[in-house]
Amino acid sequence: MVLKKTLSILATTTLAVGILAGCSGGQKNETANNGGNGGGGGSNVIKIATQTPLSGGSATLGESIKLGAQLALEEQQANFEKLGFKLELVPYDDQGDPKKGVANAQLIGADKQIFGVVGHLNSGVAIPSSEIYEKYSIPMVSPSNTATDVTDRGLKTVNRICARDDFQGPAGAKFAVEKLGAKKIFIIQDKTAYGTGLAEAFKKGAEELGAQILGFEGITVGEKDFNGVLNQVLAKKPDLIYFGGLYTEGGLLIKQARDKGINVPIMGGDGLDSSTLVQIAGDAVKNTYMTSAAGLTTVTDAGKQFAEKYKQKFGKDIESYSAYGYDAMGVLLKGLENAIKANGNKLPTRQQVAEEVRKVQDYQGVVTKVSFDEKGDNKYAKIYIYKFDEAKYPAKLEDEVSKQ
Amino acid sequence: MINEVLHTLPQVLIDGLTLGAVYAIVALGYTMVYGILELINFAHGEIFMTGAFVGTAILLTFAGFGWLASMPAIVALILVLVVTSVVTGLLGMGIERVAYRPLRNAPKLITLITAIGVSFLLQDIVRFIAELKNGNYILTGPSLFSGQIGIKASSISSIFNDASVKSSFFIVLIVAVIMMVTLDFFVNRTKWGMAMRAVAQDRETAALMSVNVNKVIALTFFIGSALGGATGVLFAIQYGTIDPYIGFILGLKAFTAAVLGGIGNIRGAMFGGILLGVLEMFAAANLPVVSHGILGAEYKDVFAFAILIIVLIFKPEGLFGKVSVEKV
Repeated sequence: MVLKKTLSILATTTLAVGILAGCSGGQKNETANNGGNGGGGGSNVIKIATQTPLSGGSATLGESIKLGAQLALEEQQANFEKLGFKLELVPYDDQGDPKKGVANAQLIGADKQIFGVVGHLNSGVAIPSSEIYEKYSIPMVSPSNTATDVTDRGLKTVNRICARDDFQGPAGAKFAVEKLGAKKIFIIQDKTAYGTGLAEAFKKGAEELGAQILGFEGITVGEKDFNGVLNQVLAKKPDLIYFGGLYTEGGLLIKQARDKGINVPIMGGDGLDSSTLVQIAGDAVKNTYMTSAAGLTTVTDAGKQFAEKYKQKFGKDIESYSAYGYDAMGVLLKGLENAIKANGNKLPTRQQVAEEVRKVQDYQGVVTKVSFDEKGDNKYAKIYIYKFDEAKYPAKLEDEVSKQ
Repeated sequence: MINEVLHTLPQVLIDGLTLGAVYAIVALGYTMVYGILELINFAHGEIFMTGAFVGTAILLTFAGFGWLASMPAIVALILVLVVTSVVTGLLGMGIERVAYRPLRNAPKLITLITAIGVSFLLQDIVRFIAELKNGNYILTGPSLFSGQIGIKASSISSIFNDASVKSSFFIVLIVAVIMMVTLDFFVNRTKWGMAMRAVAQDRETAALMSVNVNKVIALTFFIGSALGGATGVLFAIQYGTIDPYIGFILGLKAFTAAVLGGIGNIRGAMFGGILLGVLEMFAAANLPVVSHGILGAEYKDVFAFAILIIVLIFKPEGLFGKVSVEKV
């Protein structure tokens, strides 16, 4: 009896799956057909895709990159019209999910009219998705992926305009030792890939500059009581504490340190860059420094203008990466334009566009100047150092450290 | 080396006692339910967390209406503690009625799984509500007792460094002690307490002696959960920031404390909690000193749990547990 039942259930499931599979197969064919028709209709349409999270937890940031890119694209439309091409933006939602990002990348690869991608927000999504772009030779310009692996794999199509993670630690160390005069440093990290990596890079940088490391201790993510580690700090009396980790633990650590009367500067990476940090730590957040790959857009005139244009058009204030979306699109379109010109004003191949994007030198964007090196990293990328002077987010821009 | 350890000892003891007091009261909840039902109520950590959220929500509402500034902090604290205890107590009773009572005669493993299910459910419900109301599930409450008090430990002996204490430390410790003493009195000296002990010993016989078993079990859940919820409030006051996942690690440690003290034994849970808190804090502050930097502070849990294992090897019933005779 039982066997019979199982069998029948199995049979039904197989049937249902089969039907579903059939359906989805049909849909795929349909979209492919549509794409083909569209391609036949207008051969001078060039589409640029954005891939960022437009839904879910980080939708605000994802959307801001998309809007920045949209602004840049719309400004260039007239210019490309003269060359005989119609520019279009196709926004994709990667949901901050690597699986979704890769699935979208396949769709982008299949759409012959797409010649470039601006994205992603998350390095974890960018890394697998860019494998697909490489397969189809679609150039990607990333506004915000700081993980070293994004460009270290040596893919020809992958470029970024922001700084790399392994530069954040040394840049922080340089600032701590040279500007803050820290000689004895205590390092705490959260035992995650991000936190430990950052803390180790900082440690190496600080040691090279002659600072003494008093301790390198770990805490556990999810815990709320860090008094044990802080008692060590209290006993060792450092003149700076470096924390490699995220804002939830960072906020508590800062607060509990100040409660214990540890008033030396505390420094961390971009993992602290959140308004929640200020909420958690409250007034204790004063005298906290953090490094970030995102610069303040509104410190330059060009940045202020951009912020106004953005506000006027979308009715929203800019986010930290809006201008990076704008600049990423700018660089991509610059490469595209060069490719079209090099090809005698005819539609270039994706490969040509990818090569031209990599060749872009000294492009002046709103927040950053862009020159790609042989790996696709931006030679002009900077690390920005922020300081909290009061319990208010965002923090004040204190200094910028450039690679060269 | 010994000197270095002694220098920080006053501060380590104070921090350890705070953490230990929290562990101890949460451990009580595990131990009471286990003593009566032989059920490990894994949802108890989440009840603690819910308590922290309810308490913070009340405090935030008070602050929103501007009442917090106009009433003495102590009154606000007592009010919040009482309301939160009632809410979480009822929640605990509800969970027992819905998730455990129908399964009372099912194998123990089934109820254990239900308990884990309930704990996930609570985590996500709280996260959902917090996100809906606040836009962010990490909540920071108003600070009630944030004054600092310096303790001149160096005047006792020059070996010690001075320690500093948040005034909330005293609140946490005093409230914890009051709760534990009251509970001890209730269980050992009152009629209901006697009924609870009777049910714990033998449910059927207790029923024959005209003890209303369902009522007693519901009461146990109410008291255990009320204490857990109140501890959540204390935790929120001491540490300031809470999220829906604080119950997991803390619940695990409190459960360990209950086992260390002898599960089912109320005084054992209190002692086990305090011991675990102090050990953990001591290890975090001194492991690198004692081991010359080979073992970092991150090994504090390894240290604490190694001690647990050693204790259990030599005394499997826990420090205060009685050797249970197999009932035939």
